[in-house]
Amino acid sequence: MSNLEKSTPEFKVEEIHIHNRKNKIKESTGYKVFTVVNTIIMILIAFATLYPFLYLVSQSFSSKEAIIAGHTSLIPKGFNIDTYIYVIKGQHNNYEFLRYYGNTILYTVIGTVLSLFFSCMLAYPLSKNKLKINRFLSPFVIFTMYFGGGLIANYVLILKLELKDTMWGFILPMLISTYYVILMRSFFMSIPKDLEEAGEIDGLNKFGVFWHIARPLSTPIIATMTLFYAVMYWNNWFNAKLYLQNKNKWPVAYYLQTIIRGGGGASDPDAEQMSANIKSCAMVLTVLPIICVYPFIQRYYVQGMMLGGVKE
Amino acid sequence: MSKKKENQEQIQQELQEEILEEVQDEAVAEWSPKQITRRQRAWKDFRVNWQLYLMVIVPVIYYVIFRYVPMFGNILAFRKYNSGGSIFGTGPLTLKYFKQFITSKPFWQAFSNTLILNGLYLIVRFPLTLIFALLINEIRNLHWKKFVQTVSYLPHFISMVIVCGMIKELLSTSGPINALIASWGGEKIPFISLAQWFRTIFVTSGVWQSLGWGTILYLAAMTGINPSLYEAATVDGASHFQKVIHVTIPCILPTIATLLILDIGGLVGSGGAFEKVYLLGNPMTAETSEIVSTYVYKMGVESGNMNFATAVGLFEGLINLILLTCANLVSRKVAKTSLW
Repeated sequence: MSNLEKSTPEFKVEEIHIHNRKNKIKESTGYKVFTVVNTIIMILIAFATLYPFLYLVSQSFSSKEAIIAGHTSLIPKGFNIDTYIYVIKGQHNNYEFLRYYGNTILYTVIGTVLSLFFSCMLAYPLSKNKLKINRFLSPFVIFTMYFGGGLIANYVLILKLELKDTMWGFILPMLISTYYVILMRSFFMSIPKDLEEAGEIDGLNKFGVFWHIARPLSTPIIATMTLFYAVMYWNNWFNAKLYLQNKNKWPVAYYLQTIIRGGGGASDPDAEQMSANIKSCAMVLTVLPIICVYPFIQRYYVQGMMLGGVKE
Repeated sequence: MSKKKENQEQIQQELQEEILEEVQDEAVAEWSPKQITRRQRAWKDFRVNWQLYLMVIVPVIYYVIFRYVPMFGNILAFRKYNSGGSIFGTGPLTLKYFKQFITSKPFWQAFSNTLILNGLYLIVRFPLTLIFALLINEIRNLHWKKFVQTVSYLPHFISMVIVCGMIKELLSTSGPINALIASWGGEKIPFISLAQWFRTIFVTSGVWQSLGWGTILYLAAMTGINPSLYEAATVDGASHFQKVIHVTIPCILPTIATLLILDIGGLVGSGGAFEKVYLLGNPMTAETSEIVSTYVYKMGVESGNMNFATAVGLFEGLINLILLTCANLVSRKVAKTSLW
């Protein structure tokens, strides 16, 4: 009896196994074709994504003559680094590019640190379900994602606060991003409560719990937010356009905008061609730090986005 | 699915906490003659959590000043603004500015352009992103998968200034696209200054920039699918393609719905479109490239018509809110997912 009983399920398993194997053999041709096609599609997408960057790099190292002659390949023609020297030195030999670059670094560092700090200050209490004030605080914060003041009201406010032509006029309008706060809150919510309670029993106060327990456990989300905020400050040019009239305070992204726009429209195609290598060079220099840093933070932000996004 | 589970867990936890609190309160009630009032309970909450309240003060002040004051600053749509005067305007309320833009032709041109640009972009980008996510999910070699992801996320982090600079370089009359056209014997096209090309350029470059990043939430949802579902499908004799149709897509349906709501809510919004349109557009392409937010900028900041521009901006914001609410309602009914 017992032998029979045992043998039946085994037999079934084997059958399934065979069925499976058959299936795999049947599928393999179609699936192989699919894999090949899929790989080709991915190669094409990767190439299409990278091509504009490579093109810019090639242009920035090419000679002016080659560019005017319509040189468009990915290998620089008339290789030289004079363009880079010219861009860094500036038209008037006053190294203005470096000043804009320095401004951007300053704004990015100060802005990112403040943004991170205050976003944590908001997101951490928001993640505590039992906190009474959250009944009002969550809608208060989240509503700003769906409706806001609009461009003019914000502009008028900054003028009124006399933040124009100061670093704060550039930083403050984007200090706390509600979307990022929500992502952080979701992450903080996933921290086991037991750990925090254990910390409190060991005599930590609420700050201590945040600093010594929640913060070290939140490295993925904090790294992600550092990247996001830093990129936001690094790339922003529009706040500068609105609020920074003083050329000495410009960030590099805004300077770039002025030279790209200033390089003549279609009415003046010659001017556009003349400065193509200079523009490319300035763009490469501006984008370089992001391209260098971002792959190393990737594993964090994928993790951070996934946890935050799925929970939302 | 997991969302529901979480909600249940949360509710259970909250229930437990409430019961605990009540038990504690009863314990207190035993020795105190008076019932604990609501105010006392709030005071207790404050005494225990005052440090958390302290943390939140500065951000709340920030939100009041930089988010809510401008929100009420929308009143400029109804009251006259004097430069340097109160940011809430002066004088009686009036609908003058609304009447002005409702009857102005450039506004409706900008409005329809906004709808067309955002609509086209949504229709093209949304399915492509989903397909791309499904294709990435099929890659078995983990290194290759990671490489594809890293590369395709990259454009998301690039400043719009640089993206538009690249577009101009690539599409200029001496650029590679025109070189390609010329080598096929075609005539060179000055893409950037032709109104009929603006929409194509806008949509294509948008897809280029957001294709990879758009997949991240889909991929997150896909990693959360229970593998036993696939195993069951295999046992039932499903092919790879059938598994995608009958397992993967139903499992990520809530994510699809959520992202679609957000996108529909942004149909009239400026979102990322403002920067790109402002940087790429020029007077020659205005008939297709002028959108509401660039119109607001030009009328308000450049021409100093603050009231008029605020009215237009408010109109845009309200339509956005209505669209989002409607999309949310539909999604709640149809896909059983909603943002709130």
